[in-house]
Amino acid sequence: MLPTGFWERVVFLFFEYSDSFAHGIYVTMVIATISTLIGCIIGFGVGIVQTIPTERKERPFHWFMVKIVQLLLNAYVELFRGTPMMVQAMFIYYGIAMVFGITMNMWTAAIFIVSINTGAYMAESVRGGILSIDNGQTEGAKAIGMTHFQTMIYVVLPQALRNIMPQIGNNLIVNIKDSCVLSVIGTVEVFYTTKSVAGTYYTYFEAFTIAMVIYFLLTFICSRILRYFENRMDGPDNYELAATDPKVAAAGTYRFNDKKAKRFAEMAEMEA
Amino acid sequence: MRSNVIEVRHLSKAFGTNVVLKDINFGVARGSVTTVIGASGSGKSTMLRCINLLEKATGGEILYDGENILEKGVNPAEYRSKVGMVFQSFNLFDNMTVLENCMIGMTKVLRIGKDEARKNAMYYLEKVGMAPYINAKPRQLSGGQKQRVAIARALAMEPDVLLFDEPTSALDPQMVGEVLQIMRMLAREGLTMIVVTHEMAFAREVSNHVIFMANGVIVEEGSPEDIFGNPKDSRTKEFLARVIER
Repeated sequence: MLPTGFWERVVFLFFEYSDSFAHGIYVTMVIATISTLIGCIIGFGVGIVQTIPTERKERPFHWFMVKIVQLLLNAYVELFRGTPMMVQAMFIYYGIAMVFGITMNMWTAAIFIVSINTGAYMAESVRGGILSIDNGQTEGAKAIGMTHFQTMIYVVLPQALRNIMPQIGNNLIVNIKDSCVLSVIGTVEVFYTTKSVAGTYYTYFEAFTIAMVIYFLLTFICSRILRYFENRMDGPDNYELAATDPKVAAAGTYRFNDKKAKRFAEMAEMEA
Repeated sequence: MRSNVIEVRHLSKAFGTNVVLKDINFGVARGSVTTVIGASGSGKSTMLRCINLLEKATGGEILYDGENILEKGVNPAEYRSKVGMVFQSFNLFDNMTVLENCMIGMTKVLRIGKDEARKNAMYYLEKVGMAPYINAKPRQLSGGQKQRVAIARALAMEPDVLLFDEPTSALDPQMVGEVLQIMRMLAREGLTMIVVTHEMAFAREVSNHVIFMANGVIVEEGSPEDIFGNPKDSRTKEFLARVIER
């Protein structure tokens, strides 16, 4: 009943277990995208707090509180960057079950673990993104009376976000791949599914060929989509001059291709 | 008697042990143009940045409408919304269009409605000749155009005093003129301005009061006729001889 050729077996397995694979893909993608999103929010929160300016002499209480919070956040970043996600998954999942007697729902556990992990990495990216924005931007904002918070929201963070878009893309791709370590706490994502499928017929090579293709397609498509968003964030290269006479205004701002130029010439001829 | 809108008293500033401003005293009358000249590193820009609270003065007082703004409890953001600044490097917000650059201060700081903010922004952009470029991003503009937008952005806040920190120093020679033109117009309209500049002709022609600084102190101050026509201190003479020779 199992075909004899390698590729035939791959195709057979794929169609035989297409529902399982589809479900695996669904789980992997939901965990990866939601966790990346939550991770980014955590990362932005932490990055913003890490860059709050304060002065010891001027505002001792403010300085003290900010430093305490920054210390805690630093500890969080270092801890979660410095330990493997697989170990964190086991530690948190079984730890919470032991200490609090709560068995976390699979989704909650998976998204929680990947989110805080991503958050720790993103925090550093966001901090770097904020620091990379030229000080002149901040001074320009200050000079028209913006507060630090307003400066962040309207001027610095939008630019920082653009600069760290590649990092966010990186994190999404890492999360798609690394969510496979969640199989240790029983999350049925692509890797777990593949392992089960492989075990049924002892067709490991065939099954993992499918997994390779699935993972690659997922990450490739996501990286293309993110690149598209990056380009959109940059906005158009040209701008239109706002003036009363559109013909005058457009002069020099457009590059016409040959087709368009021809059509314009024809139109001009017709008018004449 | 015309009251001074800004009064600087015994202002000093040190970066660590490096003293860059020593006992600076001067007043700025409402509606007047004060230019500050001097060699690079004489402390002119630092002084201007102290007035805008971008640098923290180490000692002395800066009175704005009689109130010392260096005192604790003064809200720097609120003060800066009245005393604007134009920078050498423009510092336009790169993520916004020209129009948004001019509107953001009004909508977020002064809390003016969007429609009115747009109208005001357009008024000032028209004034600096940048109205056709409202949809452009700063990276698409030339230096002179950027500086004109930066001036419009500062004007849109309708400030009491406008500080200019070497507004033409980063510009190509042919673009210097267009910016100075606008500053002349503002001076004529009676805007109170403090201008740090290397443009001696401008200083001589436009200002009511000229301050010459060297090594962190005010060496000489007076009317442009006095400073340029009849400088008393040898350092002033030397400096003017050097820059005008050029």
